[in-house]
Amino acid sequence: MDLPLLIGIFPQVLLDGLILGFMYALIALGYTMVYGVLEFINFAHSEIFIVGAFVGVEILLGLKGAGWLESLPWPLVLLLLLVAAMAVSGLLAAAVERVAYRPLRSAPRLIPLISAIGVSFFLQDLIRLVESVWRNAFNLVYPTLDGLNHRFELTETLDVSVKSLVVIVAALAMLWVLHMLVNRTKIGTAVRAVAEDQAAASLVGIDVNRIISLTFLIGGAMGGAAGVLFGVQYGLINPYSGFIPGLKAFTAAVLGGIGNIPGAMVGGIVLGLLEAFAASYLGLLTGGAFGAEYKDIFAFSVLILILVFRPKGLLGEIVRERA
Amino acid sequence: MTRAALAIGLIAVSAWAVATFPRSILVFLLFQGSLLHAYLAPIPRWLRVALLAAALLVLMPVIGAYNGYYLEVATQVGIFVALALGLNIVVGLAGLLDLGYVAFFAVGAYSWAIFGSPHANLIFGGGFPLAAGWFWAFLVVGLLVAAGAGVLLGLPVLRLRGDYLAIVTLGFGEVIRVLANNLDKPINITNGPKGITPISRPPVPFDVSYAEAFYFLVLAIVGVVILVNRRLEDSHVGRAWEAIREDELAAQAMGVPLVRSKLLAFACGASFAGVMGVVFSAKQVFINPESFTFLESIGVLAMVILGGMGSIPGAVVGATVVTVLNLQVLKGLSLWLNELKNAGVTVFGLSLADLPTQLEPAKYERMIFGMILVLMMIFRPQGIFPVRRRARELAGKS
Repeated sequence: MDLPLLIGIFPQVLLDGLILGFMYALIALGYTMVYGVLEFINFAHSEIFIVGAFVGVEILLGLKGAGWLESLPWPLVLLLLLVAAMAVSGLLAAAVERVAYRPLRSAPRLIPLISAIGVSFFLQDLIRLVESVWRNAFNLVYPTLDGLNHRFELTETLDVSVKSLVVIVAALAMLWVLHMLVNRTKIGTAVRAVAEDQAAASLVGIDVNRIISLTFLIGGAMGGAAGVLFGVQYGLINPYSGFIPGLKAFTAAVLGGIGNIPGAMVGGIVLGLLEAFAASYLGLLTGGAFGAEYKDIFAFSVLILILVFRPKGLLGEIVRERA
Repeated sequence: MTRAALAIGLIAVSAWAVATFPRSILVFLLFQGSLLHAYLAPIPRWLRVALLAAALLVLMPVIGAYNGYYLEVATQVGIFVALALGLNIVVGLAGLLDLGYVAFFAVGAYSWAIFGSPHANLIFGGGFPLAAGWFWAFLVVGLLVAAGAGVLLGLPVLRLRGDYLAIVTLGFGEVIRVLANNLDKPINITNGPKGITPISRPPVPFDVSYAEAFYFLVLAIVGVVILVNRRLEDSHVGRAWEAIREDELAAQAMGVPLVRSKLLAFACGASFAGVMGVVFSAKQVFINPESFTFLESIGVLAMVILGGMGSIPGAVVGATVVTVLNLQVLKGLSLWLNELKNAGVTVFGLSLADLPTQLEPAKYERMIFGMILVLMMIFRPQGIFPVRRRARELAGKS
């Protein structure tokens, strides 16, 4: 075993894990907020997330086609992408709730879940259909923004690209905004009230349906932002590439304790780190017998273990008991 | 009397039409419709049984002689009917949402694929493939291995609440697929993404073709599966399952052993998939992990939901409709669209030849499954052929 190599790659793996973790955290927020309010797994959230990535790539390709991509400063472009993706994904999430989940709110528990799975599949092919008609291609590559690809060499074995820093900063900023929104504003208080007890919340004058729509809107917007960051960081997207990150983000939400917003962040980062280390070290430690291809299994094993041994998650779940 | 004549007439006319126009999809759909009509029509029971038996045992193989593809479709339908009936036990009767059902199908398929092909030589040295006659033994092996996998999965996770269980089974399905994809090292067990081939076929009696032999084999298995399902439904276990589905706490209070009943449901459902997996691998001669994706699991779920959770005729009809939609209607649309494109047809001033080349109706099965799931949940959660008790439950507010 090559000990210096194992130690040498450590900082890089740590950094990759953090980036992945913040991405999962942003997506996980959508799952955890909806679960906190409705006690329902919004299976279609992974597609809300990838729609954000598609909005981003369409704007970039549009700008590139118009010849504006080089002349605009990259922070402005990135901001534009984020705002547009958040708007589209947020509205889409709220629309999906209105059409496919609200009529089923009083049905037995598995019924809305099955509907959500259906929405997820439908959206995947809808994206494919739209892109096939519009661009005659649905595997799209993010055009590179020059400023984003600049790399700083910190040490011999560790370098950081601007885009990695941007992903982390943007994720942190959004998590902070969300935290303030939920804990310091009147709307946030209303969301928490609905999560705790819908009937009581409506008795004190909160419009429960509006708050639920809002929850989907906020969660969807976070997912859309994560989609843009995903595209910027990894480059290649297709209509089906949201599924696995979505599943892992759900794992992260469960890991942190479902319904628990700080828990989603912690869970996301822990899962991102675990996965990055598994991907890099499994192959090295087992002499190549098991490699990075098992990293997906690794995430699912974490999910199963956490559900069996500590179903409340790391920070404890916050969901009301269903009557 | 007239209804009986109508049922007989419909089957006869549509069978004749299929033989006359062996390439028309619409006519084949009509034939399937006539079978459904015979099943639903108010005719004496003996006549219904006789009609369906004649159609499935005699007419279908004859039609298959005119157009072999129909026999292939019928065989696929049969495989999916068995899968849907298996999942129906887990989802419909016991109320456990299993999103990784195809994993058990994979386990069965790989168990025969490995030992029924020269591939096992890589693991054990020499002596493989096993003689074709072993296939019959492997039907049982596949059943046992899949049931074992069901118990293995069930033991740790069955205490979870329903939605968590769904996600964990999904994860399990993915784990099995990733394993199948990557277990070509350190020991080559599954040959990875390249898949395993050639897989032995069972010995065929008399002088029938493989296609017909597999059709009859699948038909026989489906018959057994339906019989088992019907017997289970009103059995001691079946009632325990339904009690758990309706109210776990109440069921437990009445002395239903929760974990044991749920395990049994998982094992039963899985075993059907295992048997069909063995048949599938022999029929295809070649399998790889691509056949066992999450999409397949959701496809089977869509069949059960469409027909009606817990309903046996529902599962049969659901499986038929979805499979035919996939294999024939979507593919037919693709072919038709291509023909129109090549002929240079214009619609509303738009030349079809200008349509994007990536637009292929055959690739949109996810959209179909998705629409089935959402629309059924919103408008008819009890399915097309609901079980009476289930319909009442879903109609009332909980």
